[in-house]
Amino acid sequence: MISRRSFCKKSLLIAGGLAIPLSCLELFDPKRLLAEKDEKGARWVFLVDTRKCVGCGFCVKGCKVENEVPYDANVTRTWVERYVVTKDGKTHIDSPKGARDGFPNKGIDIGHGKLEEIKDEDIEKAFFVPKLCNQCDNPPCVQVCPVGATYQTADGVVLVDRKWCIGCGYCIMGCPYGVRFFHPVFHVAEKCNFCYHRITKGMQTACVDSCAFGARRVGNLRDPEDPVTKVIMTERVNVLKEEYGTKPQVFYLGLSKEVK
Amino acid sequence: MKSHVWRPLVVVLAVIALVLVAREVLVPADFGIGARGYMYGWHRAGNEQQWKDVKVKYKTAAFCKDCHPDKYDEMKESPHRNINCENCHGPALNHPDDPKSLTIDRSRELCARCHTRLPYPNSGRGVMKGIDPKTHNVGLDCVTCHWPHDPRKEGHKR
Ligand code: SF4
Ligand code: SF4
Repeated sequence: MISRRSFCKKSLLIAGGLAIPLSCLELFDPKRLLAEKDEKGARWVFLVDTRKCVGCGFCVKGCKVENEVPYDANVTRTWVERYVVTKDGKTHIDSPKGARDGFPNKGIDIGHGKLEEIKDEDIEKAFFVPKLCNQCDNPPCVQVCPVGATYQTADGVVLVDRKWCIGCGYCIMGCPYGVRFFHPVFHVAEKCNFCYHRITKGMQTACVDSCAFGARRVGNLRDPEDPVTKVIMTERVNVLKEEYGTKPQVFYLGLSKEVK
Repeated sequence: MKSHVWRPLVVVLAVIALVLVAREVLVPADFGIGARGYMYGWHRAGNEQQWKDVKVKYKTAAFCKDCHPDKYDEMKESPHRNINCENCHGPALNHPDDPKSLTIDRSRELCARCHTRLPYPNSGRGVMKGIDPKTHNVGLDCVTCHWPHDPRKEGHKR
């Protein structure tokens, strides 16, 4: 006769013994890894021409509406910075509300509703720099995500799984470009995803379509005939914070040394 | 099975089994290693499709062209030719099925985004036609005098 105690022990052992190999195989299945690899697709990249941007902010407005980022909350997936370098060597930077309403003011926004007036004759140079997620090739935000909610697709775009994100905020801390924030409605990490629903349908991103000045362009780096790829390959483009090793894939034309 | 060595081992195995069984139940079938390997691709594969399925709101001027060719052609001849209709008319969304979904912005502030003069010598903004909104016909909408589809023409009559 088998005792109740030993029956319980043995069945637990067997159940455990069965569960271990089943689930362990699931974790590291090299066939599955290979099957999901797609080398032929696109590698989406972005090209920003800072010389063309006039700071109208239509891109920020378009992005907010297209991607349902609450319009009045002070968060945006993409934003535009203004740099005014004065003759005394100082750099004045602002981006009121991410430039959602553009820059309809000469004064530099220094917070608390105050504007710093700069005399026209003191200006050495001034320009606008649009910023967005760099869809890094080595995205630290993905590395630090403990649950696999932030991940990178085969075509290079870093996406956030809203169902899977636990809101721990590691990715917000991990991104050296400060492009991430908490979505005020969904309460999960939010970021630019190159309008994944548009580019995968053959459209341009909402910010590219909104820009009347051609300051923003999206392209496919794996297509040598792509006009954006040609510019990146043949002209003097720059990226932000190259020293971090994140391999950013948003390329800038006409970047100035004041921009970090 | 009576030995004091076996007893804790059974407990450990039971805990492992419990965790793995729970994992089997809780983790969706499509959760796995994506194209970019374990470090970058670890995710729920179905989420890629969910992002692709997000509804497109801005449909571009090419979409407006079919029903409003006159407006489209007028725009294309004007200095405003590179501006998409939806920058001022709002995203097309369900238009034309639901005409009310268009949110036309005729405000002064909209024009001021580009036409507030900023004295930036080496930026495109510096060479744009600009005004000082503090002194230029304060209180009036720009479209009163300037026709937005072609700013060289006269605007709406009051
Ligand atoms: S820019 Fe930041 S959020 Fe975007 S991929 Fe790189 S690390 Fe991640
Ligand atoms: S829409 Fe174009 S020109 Fe206007 S702020 Fe954005 S990038 Fe610059």
